[in-house]
Parts: sequence; structure tokens; C-alpha cells
Amino acid sequence: MALKTEHMVLNMGPQHPSTHGVLRLELELEGELIKSVKPHIGYLHRCFEKHAEAMQYNQVIPYTDRMDYLAAMYNNFGYVIAVEKLLGIEVPERVQYIRVIMGELQRIASHLVALGTYGLDIGAFTPFLYLFRDREKILTLFEMTCGARLLYNYMWVGGLSHDIHPDFQRMTKEFINYFKPTIVELDNLLSYNKIFIERTANIGILPVDTAINYGVTGPMLRGSGIKFDLRKDDPYSIYHRFDFDIPVGKGLYGTVGDCWDRYYVRVREMEQSLKIIEQAIDNIPDGDVQSAIPKRIKPPKGTVYSRVENPRGELGYFIISDGNTNPFRVKVRAPSFVNLEVMGELCKGHLVADVIAILGSVDIVLGEVDR
Amino acid sequence: MYQYFYNLLGNEIAATLITAAVPLVNVLLVALIGVYLERKVSAHMQDRLGPMRTGWHGVFQTIADFIKMLQKEDAVSTEIDKKLYNLAPVLVFTGTFAAYAAIPFSSQLIGSEAEVGIFYVVAISSLVVAGILMAGWSSNNKYSLLGAMRSAAQIVSYEIPTAIVILSMVMLTGTLSLDKFSQMQTAYFWNWNIFGGADFGLVKFLLIPFMIVGFIIVFISTLAEVNRTPFDIPEAESELVAGYFTEYCGMKWAMFMLSEYGNMFAVSAIVTILFFGGYQSPVGYVGDLLGADWMIPLEQGFWFIAKGWFFIFVQMWLRWTLPRLRVDQLMSLCWKYLIPYAFVNLIIIGFISLI
Amino acid sequence: MKQYFKNTWDGIWTVLIGMKITFKHLFTPAVTIQYPDVKVKLPDRVRNRLYVNIDDCIGCDQCSRACPVSCIEIETVKGVPGEDLGTTSNGKKKALWVTKFNIDFAKCCYCQLCVFPCPTECIYMTDIYEFSEYDRNNFVYNFSALTKEEIEQKKINFEKFQAEKEAQKAAAAKPKTDTPPAATN
Repeated sequence: MALKTEHMVLNMGPQHPSTHGVLRLELELEGELIKSVKPHIGYLHRCFEKHAEAMQYNQVIPYTDRMDYLAAMYNNFGYVIAVEKLLGIEVPERVQYIRVIMGELQRIASHLVALGTYGLDIGAFTPFLYLFRDREKILTLFEMTCGARLLYNYMWVGGLSHDIHPDFQRMTKEFINYFKPTIVELDNLLSYNKIFIERTANIGILPVDTAINYGVTGPMLRGSGIKFDLRKDDPYSIYHRFDFDIPVGKGLYGTVGDCWDRYYVRVREMEQSLKIIEQAIDNIPDGDVQSAIPKRIKPPKGTVYSRVENPRGELGYFIISDGNTNPFRVKVRAPSFVNLEVMGELCKGHLVADVIAILGSVDIVLGEVDR
Repeated sequence: MYQYFYNLLGNEIAATLITAAVPLVNVLLVALIGVYLERKVSAHMQDRLGPMRTGWHGVFQTIADFIKMLQKEDAVSTEIDKKLYNLAPVLVFTGTFAAYAAIPFSSQLIGSEAEVGIFYVVAISSLVVAGILMAGWSSNNKYSLLGAMRSAAQIVSYEIPTAIVILSMVMLTGTLSLDKFSQMQTAYFWNWNIFGGADFGLVKFLLIPFMIVGFIIVFISTLAEVNRTPFDIPEAESELVAGYFTEYCGMKWAMFMLSEYGNMFAVSAIVTILFFGGYQSPVGYVGDLLGADWMIPLEQGFWFIAKGWFFIFVQMWLRWTLPRLRVDQLMSLCWKYLIPYAFVNLIIIGFISLI
Repeated sequence: MKQYFKNTWDGIWTVLIGMKITFKHLFTPAVTIQYPDVKVKLPDRVRNRLYVNIDDCIGCDQCSRACPVSCIEIETVKGVPGEDLGTTSNGKKKALWVTKFNIDFAKCCYCQLCVFPCPTECIYMTDIYEFSEYDRNNFVYNFSALTKEEIEQKKINFEKFQAEKEAQKAAAAKPKTDTPPAATN
């Protein structure tokens, strides 16, 4: 008589010590091997899209901050570009330059959190603290400009809320000089560490066609070898004026598209962001950042979809306007939401201990997944 | 040391108790200072300050933690196996503490001058495995059992490279007694075993690289035996399970912690005795210079404790630098890397010692 | 086979490099401060608790309309003509009594959207961030400077004035129905 076996269902519940918000993963196990992973989301749903229908266009901006709270500047950026397209207004050059600089600083800050918490999940406690020390410097720059450290409400429709502080350029240049050796230190401490490579190489391999079929974007897609970045392929704002490179995963320590590649892409992206900031910080033209801000935002009837390259992927805003001061519908295409779906494919055939490594490399923010 | 106290006091039981009290005091001090030092060392490595408010720079932090543990409610579930549950921490602590019986703190301060020192230490530390399995089983918790079995597998596997390296050292020096080990490595650091031993000659220089390999192997293996990072799957907030002492709280958990720090000192002691001269000072004795013979055991005690603490510091240093190994990688490290290297080391040392 | 030795060498060498980095950091000074005793110096544009200078407030309701979370509640009573309500610090004459100006800081999202529309710059963000309370109802801050009796008085005044105006209008309208549609004065 054969033994009846069944798969064990294990619940990595909404509260667990090593991730990234309230996410529930339902794992179906056969011994230690994973048969399927089902993510359950919705624990952080705050009805952003419904709120946006009740607010005026400029009042929606604080709400967009709170979706992906680790990269709030980019959320603002995407939304204001969409509304400006709808209104058909041109922002001054100074505003464009400052927006790019703020966006790239925010990209570095967001990647610092992603890499630090990834090291923490794997068990290395120190890089987390070193990277957060560096993130403090970026947050000080932001606080000096607009007054807040995490949720900025800085980019307004047609301009910015404050002009940059007189000390901003000097302090940003100091930050660039300070940060370059820190990336080298991070590489030595974590990226090329044999134990870290053992934990992350050849784990969670994302093949190219799966990535494209699921609609994955951002460092996950670039980790699988595809050189696709919205800043180069569908340029918005003034990114076409800057010279920077797109790092892709090459499978240096394992196969192309594993967790190490995604981690590596993020580290190299930080370097490229520094390059963009260096090119932009000295060339900010003069002007008034608030000159193009309209008194009343009442766009004509129409729809617009505009997308920006969030640190996590393609962030898209689809806005339907029916001629009032409130939008009729705001729909957000959140990159973490789409990237999370591919977890089921990535975890097949791995052990339970690898689920944490894979989840860390997907780099989700639950505020964005649930909105 | 027992003889000394017996002559002093004339009473068997009192002499035994005092002899046993010395390592106990050491273990308690190691735990007290170790917890505080771990937090301070980790803090300074991470560019922060650590405990600063309880006492000057936080020196009373461990005492505050200890008082907190004492007054905690001992919440146990009703489904546990009571006898095993209560016995497990005692067993783990006993296994650790009993190893101190054969470790010489100085030439006068040895618990028991047994001739089978190192053999006894390796054997009695295996009692810890029984305690861990008891803790995991009696908790009546799926995850504790899994964690306990992993931890037991880890400890048992890593005893093998330890034993092989110890075997090669025993083969070289020809004695099992830890006291004789220390005495043979005289009080000058170039005579220590890591530099080839006390007999000057070609053999000494040939042995140096293999001694270093042996030292690395035994250091890594003993790190795994005390469940420190990078081998702390059973202990850290590992991915799913919280390890074999999930269901313990209050004083029983404190016993596990105490035995962990005691174990750390014990394995550091073994490593120093095998390779770094035990209680011998690296540069000779002040007592010899001054002609005061009574000072020498005190100096030896000081050097022994200093060396033990140095290796504890290295263990803490490794904890805060490295990520964690996955369980199967841990096993493959032991069986596929450490054991072959240890065997080859053993054979080569054997050949060299024939020269 | 070669991979085997390379793995061994990599393992040992990368561990030693990592150890060197953490050892160096053992001697760098700490970047943290001891918070309750030492506090961080905040920049000037910082956004923390709001403050309303009620003497300057003209009761225009712009801040309340700009707020995305509706945490500002303003009620005003029109002043009777002939009553002097004072002038604001930049010279405007006030025309409304601000009877209720409540900000609920449990709802405020510190977005600063209320600061910009104010014509007299009487609402602004200070740098106070340590204002926790035990009871949630204590988070409603009342900025209005009028006491309850004064509020009642102002309301009664205004209603009397309204009633008088109504009576005057009624009195002015009545002769309209008597006399032919030629003269009204």
C-alpha cells in the first residue's frame, strides 16, 4: 500500500522579520522543495485611485508620494509629467534640470535601501547600516530643499514648490565625491563576497521570454540581459541630453538573470546616476521655478498615459480628464505590482531558504503594490 | 588545584566546590562581559555607539537585561513534554561547563589533571547535541524540531574536522594532556605550535604552512560548533523558523545564552592551547626577571584569559562581516571542503614528523 | 578540480577583505547622536507642526480649501459695519471674525499646500516635531482667539444687523407697492 503524501502548505504571513512590508506568501512545499508560490496582497490598500477622483489636480500630489514611499520624487515626477502633457504646458529649463537631479538622487537613495535590506535578509548586518548612513546624506539634501525627508510634495504641475537652496550645488558635489569610494567599499564587503555569491548566484533565474511575457520592467528586466531603459528608449524630460550607460546583467558569477545579476545591476545603476548628476549639477540654467505653474488646473477633456523609469521599473500614470478641476480617473501602473507576479515562476524548484533571497532581489514596496 | 585547596582546608567537599567555582566564575564573567562587548563591538563596527545610557557608556546593560530576564513570566504551553523541556537547558549548560574541567588556566589552576585532557573535552561537548535535540522535541513545535535537527546535524558534522586536526596535533606532540601541550610550547612565541613547535630544525619550518591550514580548519569548525555566524541558522531570525529555543523564555533562555558564551570561550581556549601556547606568555615572564616565582601562575592566568578574549573578538568580528550560509551549503562546506583538507593535512604532517 | 581550489581561495580571500573593511570601521567615529540629550539642527525650510498667527488671519478660507485631507475647519462671522476688527501686519483691513479655526494634527499630512495660498502668510510650518499626546482628541488645536461668549456676541450682533437690514429692505419695498412705479428713495 503506497503512502498517501500531500504537499505541505506553509504560510509566510503578513508579518515576518525579513521583508519589505505586509505581504503574504502561500508556499506549497514538497519536503524542502517549493511547488508553487502564491502572493496575497492588499494588506496596504488605501484607495489612492479613488481618492484622486475627489481631489483637485494639485492636491493629488501628496497622495502620489505615499504610494512608493522609498522613491517619492519619482512618483511626483510621473504624475506631473502626465498632467503637463494633458495641459500642454512647457516648463522652464531650470525646472527640468532640477527635476532630473532630484530624480537621480532619489534613485540612488532607493537603491541604497534595496541593497541594504537585501544584505540584511541574507544575514550580513553591517552593509545595511553603512548604506543607511549614506542615505542620510541624500535625505539631508532633500530636507534642505523642500523641508521633508521622505514624502516631498516637491514637483508641482508646471514647476517646483521651492527653488533649490543656495548651498545645494556645493553639498551635492561633496556628496558625489564622498559616495564614489563607498560603492567600492560595498563591492568589497558584500558584492564579491564568496558566501553572498553562493547564496544568490544561480538562484531565481528569470529567462528573457518569461520576463517579457509577464511585463517585468526595471532592474529585473535588465538583470536578464535586456538593455531596455525608458530614459533612453522613450526619453521624457531632458534625459536625452545626458550621456550615461545602461548596465545589464551578464551572468558574471552564475547564469544570466539570477539574483546576483539583479543586485549587480542596481549597484552599477547607482554609479550611472552619479554620472548624470555630475553632468547636470554644474549646468543648471537660471530662471524662476514657479513661473509656469497655472493658477487653476482645468485640463481639457482627454486622456493621457505617461511613463517614467522608477527605480523599480516602469511607473505609468493614465489620467482621464472630463474638463473639471478634479480628474475623472487616475490609474497607476505600479512596477512592483507587475514584478511580484513573476515570483511564482522564479521560485519553482528552489528551497524554502531561497524564497527570501528571491523576494529581496525583486525589490517590492508594498505601498506601490497595493496603492 | 584540588590538591592545593585540600591541603589548605582539609575538607574534600569544600576543596571540590572551590575548584569548581573558578571556571563557573569565568563562565559567568564571560557571559556578562561578552554580551556587553558584543553589542559595543558590533556598534562601533557599524559606525554607531551601542548601549550608552545604563551606567557609564552602558556597562550595566547586561545586568539590566539579566534582571529583566529574571522577572519574566515563564510562559510555557501545556502540550510540551515537561521533563525533557526542563532538562534540556541544564544538559546544554552542563555539556559546556564540564569541558572546563580539563582546561588549564595556568600551570597551577587546572580543574583535573587528567591525562586524557583533549579527548575528554571533545567527548563531553557532544552532550550539547543531546540537549539541543531534547529542546527541539519537547517544544512540540514543528519548526523547533526542524531547527533542532538542523542544528544537531551541523554540530555533529563539524566535530569531524575538529577531531582530525586535533588528531594531527596530538600525533605531533605525542600527548593528550592539555597541560603538557601548553608546557611544551615554551614562553616565547616563536616556539608556539603555529610556528612549528619548540624543536628547532628543518621540521619546524616545514610544518608552518600546514599548521596554519590546521588552525584555519579548526577555527572554522569550532565556529560552527557554537552556532555563530556564518553558521547561525539555528539561532538568528532565520528565514522561517526561530530555532530550537523558540518556546523558551526567561531564565531558561538565559541558560542557553550563557552556555553559548561559555562555549565560545571554551573553543577559543582549545584553539589557543593547540596552536598559540595556551597559558604561556609570548615574551617571557616578569616573574622570571624579578625572581618572584609566585607571580608566574598569575601572569599565565592573565595571558590565557587575554588570548581567549582575543579569539572571542575574532569570532564577533566575523559575525558582523559575513552573511549567513544556507543549510545545504554549510553541510557541503564541511564534508566536501574541510574534511578532505583536514585529512590531507593529517597525512602530510605525519610524513613530515617522520623526518 | 580547478574550480574546487578556486572556490577555496575565493572563500578565504574575500572573507579577509571583508574583515579588513569592518576592522577599519571600528576606529571611525560614530555617525549617530544621543537623541534626547542632543538634537539634530534642522534646516530653515523644514516642515513640521503648523502655526497660525490668528491676528493676521483674514478668514479667507484658502488654506482650508487647499488642504487635501480636510484637516482645517474654519468658521467666520461677518463683522457689522462700523466695527473695527483691526488690520493685519501687511496693512489689510479685516472684515470677518474668525470664530473657529481648528487644525486636526492627527489628519494633517504635512504637505505644506496650505502655506502657499495664504495672502497674509499667517499660517506657516514650524520646526516642532515632538508633540505627542496621550489622547487623540488633544490633537485638535484651536487657534481662534475669541472666547465662547464673544463668539455668541458676534453672532448675535450679526444677526441683529441682518434683521435690521431685512427690516429696512422690507420697509423700502413696501412703499413700492403703494406708490406708482415712479419714485423710490
